[in-house]
Amino acid sequence: MPQPLNYLRETASQTAGPYVHIGLAPGAAGFEIFRRELGRDIAGPEAPGERIRVEGLVIDGTGAPVKDVLIEAWQADAAGIYPHPEDPRHSEAAKGFRGWGRIITDFDTGLWSFETIKPGRVMGRNGRLQAPHISLWLVARGINIGLNTRLYFDDEGEANAIDPVLNLIEQVDRRSTLVARRSNRDGAPVYRFDIRLQGEGETVFFDI
Amino acid sequence: MPKPAEFYQRNRLIQPPALTPNYKTSVARSPRQALLSLQNSMSEITGPVFGHGDIDPIDNDLIRNFAKTGDPIGERIIVHGRVLDENGRGVPNTLVEIWQANAGGRYRHKKDTYLAPIDPNFGGCGRTLTDEQGYYFFRTVKPGAYPWRNWVNNWRPAHIHVSVFGTGFVQRLITQMYFEGDPLIRHCPIVNSIPDPQAIDQLIAPLDMNAAIPLDCVAYKFDIVLRGRRSTLFENRLEGN
Repeated sequence: MPQPLNYLRETASQTAGPYVHIGLAPGAAGFEIFRRELGRDIAGPEAPGERIRVEGLVIDGTGAPVKDVLIEAWQADAAGIYPHPEDPRHSEAAKGFRGWGRIITDFDTGLWSFETIKPGRVMGRNGRLQAPHISLWLVARGINIGLNTRLYFDDEGEANAIDPVLNLIEQVDRRSTLVARRSNRDGAPVYRFDIRLQGEGETVFFDI
Repeated sequence: MPKPAEFYQRNRLIQPPALTPNYKTSVARSPRQALLSLQNSMSEITGPVFGHGDIDPIDNDLIRNFAKTGDPIGERIIVHGRVLDENGRGVPNTLVEIWQANAGGRYRHKKDTYLAPIDPNFGGCGRTLTDEQGYYFFRTVKPGAYPWRNWVNNWRPAHIHVSVFGTGFVQRLITQMYFEGDPLIRHCPIVNSIPDPQAIDQLIAPLDMNAAIPLDCVAYKFDIVLRGRRSTLFENRLEGN
């Protein structure tokens, strides 16, 4: 027998279940308990950049909206800086910008939305710039381990065309499942991003 | 500052796959296409940072944080442990959130219609930050088992849902903690979504008499392991300069 490798093993994931809101968004579960819930404001009121709204549905393999999903978002500020000590420029991150948010659906319709600022481009591997994107992580009943995906923007065609992650997707047609579509509502930009868990038009999910 | 280091790849052989038909809801909610593996970039090694300004000291005490007229009914317990990485190092200042049913197996959630009653003094959620060594603790009541519509007669073992962040978005994890000796564990389709028996054992918290408080409450110990990261003995090319 060789020497043992004494690494610990990652704790196994389990589904967040139907009542994930109790722990992570108790206000939505129907009761107030904490002084404030975390993840309600991604950008903060002072961060510069274009204010945008993102909305969509998560759709299951039967075509039905998933009404008990919880989504977390992680993004850079408008200058492409993550407010995290390992971003070399983190000390220049926009004031009050958290970069992280928690999003839950309407229990009746399954529609979710969040407001933030459009992120800037951030450095990828090997010095290649990435197109603006928001990292998303989905948990829900029936999802055994959180699903990672990315949201890109359809008005960033040039940057998307050379994005190193989008270009890893071998089937070119599937890249569009990660691109949110811009429209205007009352003069404000809204991006639509539906996530299909399974079947036709299935969203690309990552093992990050 | 040293160059950012990548995380070890997730061992999917010990993690539940997306499609586990005995857990029925997974059938329509699991991707059919393979996941696309990504090497870490800045977007993956970073993640949200939390501080003591985000939470209150009482947030980790589920016996008191929703008490209206007295203490909740149930078995008083401490749940404590460390958040570690795969290298065995404590993960400091990371957010741990828990939620659970009350002693009768009823959740305080408008969608839960189980006939067991709500406890007026129990909310069922808590949160805390680990200390410098990665240590955390909660005080709560032991949750009850409850039925769920999967097969006709499925019952979840007593469990506490646990959510942990780590330092990078790649470490984000939600799991469930079970209690030593619970005979429902081996019957549960959600537990058995995990293919590796050792990985299931790792979710079972042992009774920890050393941490119990005499004449007050017993304790269970639950260590949580997040993905570890490479040491930068050799240059990695995350940023490519």
